[in-house]
Amino acid sequence: MSLTSQLPALQIVVPMLTAPMVMLLRGASLAWAAATAASVMAFFISIALTLGVRDAGVLTYAMGGWPAPFGIELRIDAFNVLLLLITTGASSVALLSGRFSLARDLPEDRQPLFYAAWMVALTGLSGIAVTGDAFNVFVFMEISSLAGYILVAAGPDRRALTATIKYLVMGTIGATFYLIGVGLVYMMTGTLNFADMEVRLAEVTDRTPILLAAGFITVGLALKAAVFPLHFWLPNAYHHAPHMVTAFMAACTTKVALYVLLRFDFVVFQGNLAGHMSQYAGFLAPLAILGILVGSAVAVVEGHLKKLLAYSSVAQIGYILLGASFGDLAGLSAAFTHMFNHALAKGGLFLVLAAFALRTRGLGLRDVAGLAHRMPLTCAALLILGASLVGIPGTAGFISKWLLLSAAFQQGPLGIVAVVVVVLSSLAAVVYVWKIVEQLYFGEPVESPDQATINSQAASFKSEAPAMLLLGIWVVALANIYFGLFPGFTVSLSESAAAGLMSHLP
Amino acid sequence: MIAVNPILLSMLLPLVGALLISMTGRWPNLRESITLITAVTVAVVVWSLVPEVMAGGRPELQVVQLFGDLQIAFTVEPLGMLFGALAATLWIVNSIYSIGYMRGNNEKKQTRFYVCFAIAIAAALGVAFAGNLLTLFLCYEILTLSTYPLVSHKGDRATVASARVYLGILLGTSIGLLLPAIIWTYLVAGTLTFNPEGILAGHINGPAVGLLLALFVFGVGKAAVMPVHKWLPAAMVAPTPVSALLHAVAVVKAGVFTITKVIIYVFGVDNLFSEPSSGWLMYAAAFTIIAASVVALRQQNLKRMLAYSTIGQLSYVIMAAALLKPLSEIGAAVHIVAHAFGKITLFFAAGAIYTAAKKTELSQLSGIGARMPWTMAAFTIGALSMIGVPPTGGFVSKWFILAGAFESDNYVAIFTIITSTALNAAYFLPIIFAAWFGREAQGGKDHGEAPWPMVLALSLTALATLGFFFFNQPVLDLESQLVSQLP
Repeated sequence: MSLTSQLPALQIVVPMLTAPMVMLLRGASLAWAAATAASVMAFFISIALTLGVRDAGVLTYAMGGWPAPFGIELRIDAFNVLLLLITTGASSVALLSGRFSLARDLPEDRQPLFYAAWMVALTGLSGIAVTGDAFNVFVFMEISSLAGYILVAAGPDRRALTATIKYLVMGTIGATFYLIGVGLVYMMTGTLNFADMEVRLAEVTDRTPILLAAGFITVGLALKAAVFPLHFWLPNAYHHAPHMVTAFMAACTTKVALYVLLRFDFVVFQGNLAGHMSQYAGFLAPLAILGILVGSAVAVVEGHLKKLLAYSSVAQIGYILLGASFGDLAGLSAAFTHMFNHALAKGGLFLVLAAFALRTRGLGLRDVAGLAHRMPLTCAALLILGASLVGIPGTAGFISKWLLLSAAFQQGPLGIVAVVVVVLSSLAAVVYVWKIVEQLYFGEPVESPDQATINSQAASFKSEAPAMLLLGIWVVALANIYFGLFPGFTVSLSESAAAGLMSHLP
Repeated sequence: MIAVNPILLSMLLPLVGALLISMTGRWPNLRESITLITAVTVAVVVWSLVPEVMAGGRPELQVVQLFGDLQIAFTVEPLGMLFGALAATLWIVNSIYSIGYMRGNNEKKQTRFYVCFAIAIAAALGVAFAGNLLTLFLCYEILTLSTYPLVSHKGDRATVASARVYLGILLGTSIGLLLPAIIWTYLVAGTLTFNPEGILAGHINGPAVGLLLALFVFGVGKAAVMPVHKWLPAAMVAPTPVSALLHAVAVVKAGVFTITKVIIYVFGVDNLFSEPSSGWLMYAAAFTIIAASVVALRQQNLKRMLAYSTIGQLSYVIMAAALLKPLSEIGAAVHIVAHAFGKITLFFAAGAIYTAAKKTELSQLSGIGARMPWTMAAFTIGALSMIGVPPTGGFVSKWFILAGAFESDNYVAIFTIITSTALNAAYFLPIIFAAWFGREAQGGKDHGEAPWPMVLALSLTALATLGFFFFNQPVLDLESQLVSQLP
């Protein structure tokens, strides 16, 4: 057996085995290097899988040689590799460029443990994205969540702990709901494999438990994905987590939960429950619209940069959900393209905030006033990333906004409402991005007692972010432009992912 | 020598120039030389396209295939050729003037100024040469963003607030209205590539046409049709060379150019003519012309008055295009040029007065003609062109627009033009009279003309305003191609 055919398993095994190794390593630098190397390797595995999926369509792997549905099957199609690329890419960029930022947020002796937790989180997130087994998804979800709580709790001040408790309680409720749903389906079908569920469910005559299961699973995963109104854990968790953790998590965690929601719904329920599509769309579309409006509105008035971007994320999750709730090929591929593009823009913006945090006293709007004069390159990258978030043409964000609006136009009268909502929210994005830009470029710097120390730092560091962080920020910023001008890759990947889900419709 | 596509070259050169300018910020003389050399080279490259377009050729360039059949592509057609050549030529004059103004007023951050200016020119040429709506939209947004640092140049609180209005209205309308309009067009017509018959012809009819037209007209905030005109007076906080860029070279011209292009190449003149729901545009433009002239009459500040004058003049172009007659379509294109020459002269004069005398209000201008004869002579020529008096360029375009109005028996348009001419005369002539024959207030500053580059620049544009009255045949020939297939 060649190594390439083992890649689906290696995608999980590499970070999983690195985790204990990192914990044993003495010294923060060594631990960082090992974790980063593993993450980058995972990223390359994802790229290899992407190429494989492009040639072969679907890759399957029987864990331990037990064939599905008896053993655990890893099943990878275009949707999975899209998620894998986002997850491993975000982790790699955050680790590569985050050395200084993390070293400042964490005491030296705790860092190896922290990196071990990071590896476990990466294991869990990648695991969700590769497995074709419903219970296995739950296991990986718990792995990634538990590690995620540790990562958030490592935040620099004690408020991180209360944020973690909130996150933990909500996350556990979500996971439990999911487990109840899976249990109900298992009760009726006797299988845990997604593909097998779809087949066996057709023979089940009593549909009530299945409907119940669909309800539990949808709500549970919506909680995990921070769908409005179940979003309130997210701004707190993003706010108080270490900046690099926020960059990593903002790019992928909610999207992974949305992935499971869509996969479960389309593969298992859509084909087997009559009229499920209208329930699904009727339930999710209003939530998506409310999420977009509320998230954008709060972001407009929010004064703390991390919270502002977190609420913007609530709105952006709404975009993805809105596209998905159209339930057609155009809508789904718009949603998936936006998953990728939003990860690029928002991940990059949180990296920029991490860079700011190294040079300012806080991340309030007033704290960053006039920062553009001290960090011109970092702020220039913020302009590009902000443009992508708004959806200015030439950036990745424009492509997904275009696809989403065209999908909405094809929906008839309801679609017009969606168009209006998306447009309003884009205008709100202009406002909240501009609020930041104006402070950076025209704000009067606040004089503070330690202004002198900042100024002396400014002299020695030339005030810019550390080279690795700056490089990471610019790589992401340029990627936003690249995928805005050459969107062929993302769009075709999203289209085949959407076609994959659509093929399960009756 | 490697043959490079002149279309690509015309947009790359200003960007390369911007890069060089940003690197030579420490040596002002070298920096300004680069600006001038780039401007001249760009103009040569753009003008090199003219013979081919005159002969009926349509040079094309495809840059990137996005997804589906959406692409970033450029096609040079008569209207775009005219706008491109105008912007490229005026950039030279504007650069000469900028050097005098920025040095004469000891402005800060001059390097940033020249860099953004060059990027804005590249974007304006992109708008001019765009081969489809998507490309046009891309360049339109780049133009908005690259002019923002120019408008907010001073950087104090009031300037930033005004610049916020500028950016807010232009970005807001383009994202909120223009983008949905483009996507709607794409879904209905299946393409965005400009087509002389109109890409929407036969794909859409009924009230939807009027609605889509409204999305386009108000989505293109740069055309300043009321009520989306507020950004233009707000942008008056910018240094005067920037005002000239906004009013004559690039920004508002990109707006009316886009609307004319949309009417001709997206809706199709015939198609729009047969659709009654599109008739409102003429009235909206007529209202803007009259209302803006009345507001201009009440202004005390010279630059604000000129801003409202521009709003009115822009709607001339839109009204002419909306008349949907061959003569008026030519008039719309010609008025873009005629207004550009006249208005740039007026702004140059306003800036020269500010630099030499630090005067900004209309009431201060009494007797200034004696101290600044060249400037005020140019100002007079520019003002006469705004009114439409021969022998100035403004007369030529007004002639064509009126002819188009008579051809379609449109008495509203005829009435609007006559009224507006009277109003223009009412707010320009008193200034000219006071400047030449008024008595100067006692205890004023003793001053002469502004620095020579400024005087040179405004004399050149004044000369062009006069010259356009006599030598307009090439422009007419070029733009006749636009309407050759119309009834």
